[in-house]
Amino acid sequence: MSDDAFTFAPWNPEAAEETGYSHYSYWRSTFRTFIKNRLSLTLLIIMGVLVLFSLLYPVLASVDPNKVALDSSLWNRRPDFAHIFGTDGLGRDIWARTWYGTRTSILLAFTIAFFDVGIGVVAGALWGYVRKSDQIMTEIYNVITNIPSTVYLILLSYIMKPGFWTIVIAMSSRGWITIARFIRNKVISLRESEYNVASRCLGTPLNRILGKNIIPFLVSIIIMQTALTIPYSIGAEVFLGFIGLGLPLDTVSLGNMVNQGRSNFMLYPFQLTWPTVILAVITVSFYIVGNKFADASDPKNHL
Amino acid sequence: MSRYIVKRILQSLLTVVIVVIAVFLLLRLMPTSGYFTRDDYINMTEEMRSAYLRNLGITDPAVIQLQRFFAGVFRGDLGRSITVYPKLPISTILAEKVPYSLWFGLASMFISVTLGFGLGILMARFKDRWPDHLGTAYVVAVRAIPSLIYLFLIQIWVTGIMRWPMVFYEDRPVTWILPVVSLSLTGIAWYGIWLRRFMVDEENRDYIKFARSKGLSQKYIMRHHVLRNAVVPLVQYLPVQLLLTIAGSLIIESIYSIPGMGGLLVYAIKQQDNNLVQVLVLIYAVLGVAGVFVGDLLMAFVDPRIRLAEKKKKKEALRV
Repeated sequence: MSDDAFTFAPWNPEAAEETGYSHYSYWRSTFRTFIKNRLSLTLLIIMGVLVLFSLLYPVLASVDPNKVALDSSLWNRRPDFAHIFGTDGLGRDIWARTWYGTRTSILLAFTIAFFDVGIGVVAGALWGYVRKSDQIMTEIYNVITNIPSTVYLILLSYIMKPGFWTIVIAMSSRGWITIARFIRNKVISLRESEYNVASRCLGTPLNRILGKNIIPFLVSIIIMQTALTIPYSIGAEVFLGFIGLGLPLDTVSLGNMVNQGRSNFMLYPFQLTWPTVILAVITVSFYIVGNKFADASDPKNHL
Repeated sequence: MSRYIVKRILQSLLTVVIVVIAVFLLLRLMPTSGYFTRDDYINMTEEMRSAYLRNLGITDPAVIQLQRFFAGVFRGDLGRSITVYPKLPISTILAEKVPYSLWFGLASMFISVTLGFGLGILMARFKDRWPDHLGTAYVVAVRAIPSLIYLFLIQIWVTGIMRWPMVFYEDRPVTWILPVVSLSLTGIAWYGIWLRRFMVDEENRDYIKFARSKGLSQKYIMRHHVLRNAVVPLVQYLPVQLLLTIAGSLIIESIYSIPGMGGLLVYAIKQQDNNLVQVLVLIYAVLGVAGVFVGDLLMAFVDPRIRLAEKKKKKEALRV
């Protein structure tokens, strides 16, 4: 070992500064971490295709999901070429009904998730930031979470007429509070955390603190809550259909199809099986993709 | 500590009262036609209807009705059912229905806790290997797929294969199996996934690394350090889940025709049996609030580092 093996680097103030800066981009890292996982990428694609297909189905195909066959030989047909998933007790095409139903359920679930998360995030941020609101909000939280969810859903479905917006209102007027609670806990712990105090001391402007230090942490919760609200809402619609308070029976929805298929299951199992498979694929993919994306959007899991 | 307990009890009472009042007011929003059977409604004249409603006490101002309800509860009188079991004391109805839900609930809770803890430990122990993946698949399936679907399929297929009766018969223990198993599925998943999560979190702590570098065996660390600390946050939820077993499960009790509490609430709301709904909500709210309270105390008991009274003080100090 001698000094010949090394050459001294010339002192360069700019180069010295460069080590303090990385080309780290939050969204790029999140995305890279996410697509690294094969399973979540596959499910994301499947989910995207299913959602897109169900939304576009009324444009792509001209089969009327409510068209009743008068000829009884067309009732309860097993799956064949004309009817890929077979027909139900009134000769309606189950393939078409499945996609219309998926569409209704997805629209319903997205609407609920939109309100739940929208109200939840705003309320949660205020709850975390405005200290005076803590006691009132905690009491509201206690009250809402102590009314059994079935009581609440059923009561509201009774007071209003069963329908799309009734379910949306019933679900979101209750669902926002749990999301708000999550956000509140996170905001409180972030607000007082040392790196934020340090940032503030160094004179970082508020919008930069919010954008770079706080929102990335909240994003993972927001995305996960959105993704988990969707299977939950779809399940709730099926449940409400089960107790007879779901969407009106002439609306094609997965909940209604599952409940109709259930009563014919002994004789015609395919009437339940196929809509159920589609339903399960959608809810499971949302669940997994939501969880994986939440993992990926947590900066601690990057690199 | 005793000051803390008194304060919490008062707070809990307030919550219960607000919950009851909220549901009470919601019930008054329902159309009055629901208080009649269909035939009665058609056959009665307008005067008869209003006389009937007045007789039920529904036309009185809400405040009076509330006062009457709370006064009754304080005397230990839960009132009588209006439409579901006309004129029958609610305490009699409960005495008949609660045992079914309670026994099924307790049995399934026992299974959920033992199997769920087993699953969680197994998943944490073999993290990122096949037991973990298999467990995760189970948890995802149970939580993501609407429960009605798989519960129904289990009922159809298992009873078909085993040649068991489809529904519940009190005198045939073989019909008790499926409802208990069905009730446990979500519980097992819940305990499993959370215990795994807390154990994995705990394993990454510095003191565990230290214990390992000291040369303690993996088994010893898992049993005496990781597991014991990971159980603490779960203990908090045991009391509330235990108490709410009496609420029963709507789906399971209805597909197996178990005459328990599960369907009672829905039926009572559908029939607009206000008294019955009110009592049920009161019971569930009291049990829920009490369960959370006992859970907090239990957690402080299990983990001596948690001091409830002081935590409260600290929070208040922060707020100032």
